[in-house]
Amino acid sequence: MNAPSKPNDYSAYPDAEGRFGGFGGRYVAETLMPLVLDLGKAYAEAKADPKFQEELKSFNTHYAGRPSPLYFAERLTEHFGGAKIYFKRDELNHTGSHKINNALGQILLAMRMGKTRIIAETGAGQHGVATATVCARFGLPCVVYMGATDVERQKPNVFRMNLLGAEVRPVTSGTGTLKDAMNEAMRDWVTNVHDTYYLIGTAAGPHPYPVMVRDFQSVIGIEARAQMLEMEGRLPDAVVACIGGGSNAIGLFHPFLNDDSVRLIGVEAAGHGVSTDKHAASLTGGRPGVLHGNRTYLLQDDDGQIIDAHSISAGLDYPGIGPEHSFLHEIGRAEYVSTTDEEALAAFQLCSTLEGIIPALEPAHALARVGEIAQELGKGKIVVMNLCGRGDKDIFTVAEALGRKI
Amino acid sequence: MTKDRIDRRFAALKAENRAGFVTYIMAGDPDAATTLSVLKGLPGAGADLIELGFPFSDPMAEGPTIQRAAQRGLKSGMTLQGTLDLVAAFREGDSDTPVILMGYLNPVLNRGFESFAVAAAKAGVDGLIIVDCPPEEADPLSDALEAEGIALIRLAAPTTDDARLPMVVRRTSGFVYYVSVAGVTGVKSADAADVAPAVERLRKASGLPVAVGFGIRTPDQAAAVARVADAAVVGSALVDEIESAAQLNENVTEKVLLKASELAKAVRSARVGHEVRL
Repeated sequence: MNAPSKPNDYSAYPDAEGRFGGFGGRYVAETLMPLVLDLGKAYAEAKADPKFQEELKSFNTHYAGRPSPLYFAERLTEHFGGAKIYFKRDELNHTGSHKINNALGQILLAMRMGKTRIIAETGAGQHGVATATVCARFGLPCVVYMGATDVERQKPNVFRMNLLGAEVRPVTSGTGTLKDAMNEAMRDWVTNVHDTYYLIGTAAGPHPYPVMVRDFQSVIGIEARAQMLEMEGRLPDAVVACIGGGSNAIGLFHPFLNDDSVRLIGVEAAGHGVSTDKHAASLTGGRPGVLHGNRTYLLQDDDGQIIDAHSISAGLDYPGIGPEHSFLHEIGRAEYVSTTDEEALAAFQLCSTLEGIIPALEPAHALARVGEIAQELGKGKIVVMNLCGRGDKDIFTVAEALGRKI
Repeated sequence: MTKDRIDRRFAALKAENRAGFVTYIMAGDPDAATTLSVLKGLPGAGADLIELGFPFSDPMAEGPTIQRAAQRGLKSGMTLQGTLDLVAAFREGDSDTPVILMGYLNPVLNRGFESFAVAAAKAGVDGLIIVDCPPEEADPLSDALEAEGIALIRLAAPTTDDARLPMVVRRTSGFVYYVSVAGVTGVKSADAADVAPAVERLRKASGLPVAVGFGIRTPDQAAAVARVADAAVVGSALVDEIESAAQLNENVTEKVLLKASELAKAVRSARVGHEVRL
């Protein structure tokens, strides 16, 4: 097969069927199909409605705390001695990650559709906390599915969700991580389609979720682009973000897609190494397939069974990736690299001591590659990294990995 | 054209003025040899059509019973090819009972639609049900299956409205599978009063027989559905028998076939003394 050519205008994607080239689509049970089609219509209407956009903007500003700053990481820049390193500070948002951007957008849509019950899946708990937060704010009951393994390793976020009034349901099937939580959320949805809205946390799932989540997260890239023009008078040379399902990355990348001069670099979780069977790098180590409603790159065995992903970061250990990333990967518009658990831990500590910012383990994966990228670009160039979450939730995992008791 | 076997079976059922009894079991649950012995016994126990699940790691539309069966199947080493081998072995002794494979898209996509269709036809598969492949995404699969005469059986659900019906029945053959409850397999109970008008609507739209499944566990429920539908599908109740027999070290084949024959009796006698639509 010939490599597909790069499009001139990326805003044309997805098409009406939710396809990004050969990826995306709607692969769900018939019971859900009418709902998924309704959701597509409802979102298209909301997107075009200035009132909806105004309301979302207002909550982003006054509730979530947007715009998040663009920060020049001077000491890290000096440390690596290459391009200037900027952080998009999405860890400063209310609830401590980029997840609130999407949760706010989707809950406004759910209410517009008259839904009265919200369900969500969560890995690290960041999306669960964001969903529980908006459910509390708007007074809707909330059930969050979370892998039992993640419930154990992300206790502070479980407690946080409970404080916000959400019910956290541990999922024991599979390895008890994000993929299994998503299966269980889909089972709930198919059973309670009449009143329930499934608030998916990443830019994956059946159409329109990938485009909807991307749009809500694009506020990251739109702000970063404008802030960069204001601070440096030009666009960055590269933008970098970590990838699990890929929502923060697509949110950062998307507003730069048509800017050919800007390199887009996604960082997957390599766990113990992409050549081992313990990683979560679906683009680097997987191949296309269908899971959770969309066609995309997946970790799978010879028989098409999904392989459990591994990462020290509970937010990244998902065996798939949003379909738009698969598309950008295949046409070569974005580059995808990977970071091991060990490298992420080192970057986590480096950022903490050099910048006074304790990052989440997720963006620590991106940070682990930023030094090389800055050196490769060289002085006089600019790289922007999305610092998509803060590390409070990860201190127990990190302490354990470092052999410390807290 | 192997889907002819499905057409012939439904024509025969109509001539007998009774509904069909469709059984579902999972390939490799608890192992391949047991699956084959159950398969061989099912027609004798009263199964008119057989659905054979092929395991998938992430069966999102299944309840706990079928989900556990898939895990047992995978653990026993069952694969998509292994499932086709089971059908081929079953066909050595039975050339009449339609066999429909049921599962999720990724293993089939991974094999390649054309390669799968050729191998499935050779093994003696008559139809395929893919839970996570709605008609909007089904054309490439339909093309491959049609070329080999295998039916791609469509699912319809309580949420399927009139506007959607033409899409659901487009390019379908064999029969239509009505998912009688909004939910996963084996959890909620089907309500025969709600099922009857849905079946009628689907018959009209498709011109095909309608089998009803999800939520049929007891002989009474099976009989109630058999009064209004062209076939009643029982899955989780049989799989539960397999699970408990295996756990208690009992004879799995005997137990599941006993359960199947109880259900078959209920389906076969359902229309006696009732007004029947022909």
